Amino acid sequence: MKFSAKIATTVAASAVAVAQVASAGTLDDVKARGELKCGVSGGVPGFSAPDDAGRMQGIDAAVCDAIAAAVLGDASKVTFIPLTAKERFTALASGEVDVLSRNTTHTLTREASLGLNFTYYNYIDGQGFMVMKDSGIKSTLELDGASICVQAGTTTELNMADYFRNNNMSFTPVGYETSSQTREGFEGGACDVLTSDKSQLAALSTEMKVGPAGVTILPETISKEPLGPVVRQGDDQWMDIVSMTLYALINAEELGITSGNIDNLKANPSNPNVARLVGTEGNMGELLGLGADWSYNAIKQVGNYGEIYERTVAKIGIPRAGSVNDLWTRGGILYAPPIR
Amino acid sequence: MTERTRIPLHRDPKFRALVIQILALAFVVYGFYSLFQTTVDNLVARGIQTGTSFFDEVAPFQIGFSPFFDYKLGESTYIDVFFVGIQNTILVAVLGIVAATLLGFFIGVVRLSPNWLISRGALAYIEIFRNVPLLLQIMFWNFAIFLPSLPAPKNSIEMGAFYLNARGFHTPLPVIDDSTGFALWMAMLAVLGVGLIVFARRAKVRFQETGQQLPVVWISLGAIIGGGYILYLIAGSPLIFDEPVLGRFNFKGGGQLPLPLFSLWFALTLYTAAFIAENVRAGIQSVSHGQTEASHALGLSRKDTVRLVTIPQALRVIIPPTISQYLNLTKNSSLAVAVGYEELVAVWAGITLNQTGQALVIIGMTVAVYECLSLFTSFVLNWYNKRIQLTER
Repeated sequence: MKFSAKIATTVAASAVAVAQVASAGTLDDVKARGELKCGVSGGVPGFSAPDDAGRMQGIDAAVCDAIAAAVLGDASKVTFIPLTAKERFTALASGEVDVLSRNTTHTLTREASLGLNFTYYNYIDGQGFMVMKDSGIKSTLELDGASICVQAGTTTELNMADYFRNNNMSFTPVGYETSSQTREGFEGGACDVLTSDKSQLAALSTEMKVGPAGVTILPETISKEPLGPVVRQGDDQWMDIVSMTLYALINAEELGITSGNIDNLKANPSNPNVARLVGTEGNMGELLGLGADWSYNAIKQVGNYGEIYERTVAKIGIPRAGSVNDLWTRGGILYAPPIR
Repeated sequence: MTERTRIPLHRDPKFRALVIQILALAFVVYGFYSLFQTTVDNLVARGIQTGTSFFDEVAPFQIGFSPFFDYKLGESTYIDVFFVGIQNTILVAVLGIVAATLLGFFIGVVRLSPNWLISRGALAYIEIFRNVPLLLQIMFWNFAIFLPSLPAPKNSIEMGAFYLNARGFHTPLPVIDDSTGFALWMAMLAVLGVGLIVFARRAKVRFQETGQQLPVVWISLGAIIGGGYILYLIAGSPLIFDEPVLGRFNFKGGGQLPLPLFSLWFALTLYTAAFIAENVRAGIQSVSHGQTEASHALGLSRKDTVRLVTIPQALRVIIPPTISQYLNLTKNSSLAVAVGYEELVAVWAGITLNQTGQALVIIGMTVAVYECLSLFTSFVLNWYNKRIQLTER
């Protein structure tokens, strides 16, 4: 009798342990931990790649820096967790990371079936093809029968399949796990063509022996790839914080607030919009569950969107002026809702 | 009388054992059930859909290598991808097992050579390949050796109608041209096969009666190759060869052994052969030297001693640990994703999982496939092992 009672207690206890559900309040978790866990790719220059000092740099990493600054007041309190394309959604859904900022394309399937929410876009990209310059290829329509290196399991792979099917062309995919492996395969001659988002192609060409001058990125863009931070479904407050932090960076650029002049503007705001963004007017931070200086910290420590772009993506040779990633006031499509 | 010996039910040890076992089983089953139920509940709570309805959806991506199934972009479904993955896993596993066994036997025997240089060479081979992580070896062969050293398709190494380049090895492929001629040829080959079996039986009888030996293996081999070719000509050469032709980017037509498959096969073979070699050495050393001396005393030649006395006894020791090497090789083939070979983990637990997000179903099915392959391999080999074990009369 005693024996089976013991078993029953053990089983009941383990059932309770199994039944435990992850807590809903990501904000509270992050505050309690004193650290933001951020999923990045970790190997794409311009987006997220470690610098000489081992600190993660890039436009994806900067978004996490800004969130940490807004929530914790310190942009350095981020643990970056490099994830493969395959691991990323599971890592986010299981709570291994608080936010996924890993050049991830927003699609209906992902939004609707994976228990995720996409926030806004920190980079708008499109898929392209890269060939060796000495191949003499000038257009994607000349690629019938080619072997193409691609990162397996990405939307890139699907766009490529659609594009070739639409144009009645055949191809052989050579799928690798990481983007640096696709580069190695392309360099070694395992394929004729490397396909990825155009920004990644530019980034990867800087790592090649022949350099960006030895390759041609073909002019066609075959897909829309809006990339941005992703959060778990069901935590609306956290989703608001992530998207509003990104909006704050974009609005700061629009209003001419930089990490350099923000202290002056905080002392003498030029207009009410600026005052709300630096936290001297209104209760924006409070509404989000954050301190009044949330956006001040983010802009002061990380810089506005334009500053981030210049020190990250511009460095891999993708100019911004007039591209889709410019502000709406300058011919781009970056358009953030007002902070008020 | 019977009244007195009857034990009350709660003190009957048999009954109590049964009850406790049933209870324990029920708790275990309940534990698994609640684990499953909690997982499903949590998935639903997080808005993650799960199920098998995606099987019949058209897979929106291309697969480059599928030698036996016909995979067609825009028509093949996700479940086809699953079978293509299994096919490619089995292909590399079978190729690897055959090659690793041959190489492993050779290295294992050579390891015991009285020649110092040869046996130390085999030792060096074993220690190098056994002690370097397999993933590193696969990537080393593919990215550091084969890719840089093999030429682009335009400058392929030409060996008759065979071509070798950085994309792989291209061979002519026989295609049936005249199906009645082919059927005739097959029928004649079958007759030849039956004839050879009868011949082998006769030769055995003759050996047992007179002690005269015929080189049965060589005669059979000659008959199959030479006779087969003559019969092929008699049947009117029913095959034509589809030769690879250099296209704009690579060879088209013919058969292809893609470089990722080759790299993976090569690395798996070298790695597993090192382990098998050690099994072979241990097996041979386990046979008492007295056996060899006794067979020499009986007048058996060195070759016959090895073939008839040493190896059969060594096999009893070699087979069981080699079974687990075969299983390891099959499971290790999942490292293919590093070099872009499209086996089960790459296309199913990788691409399909990422495109559909159905982790639970997909990982479960992948686990089941490896489980089945391993159980099947060990079932076959255990049967073989039982057959060659010492039967004591």
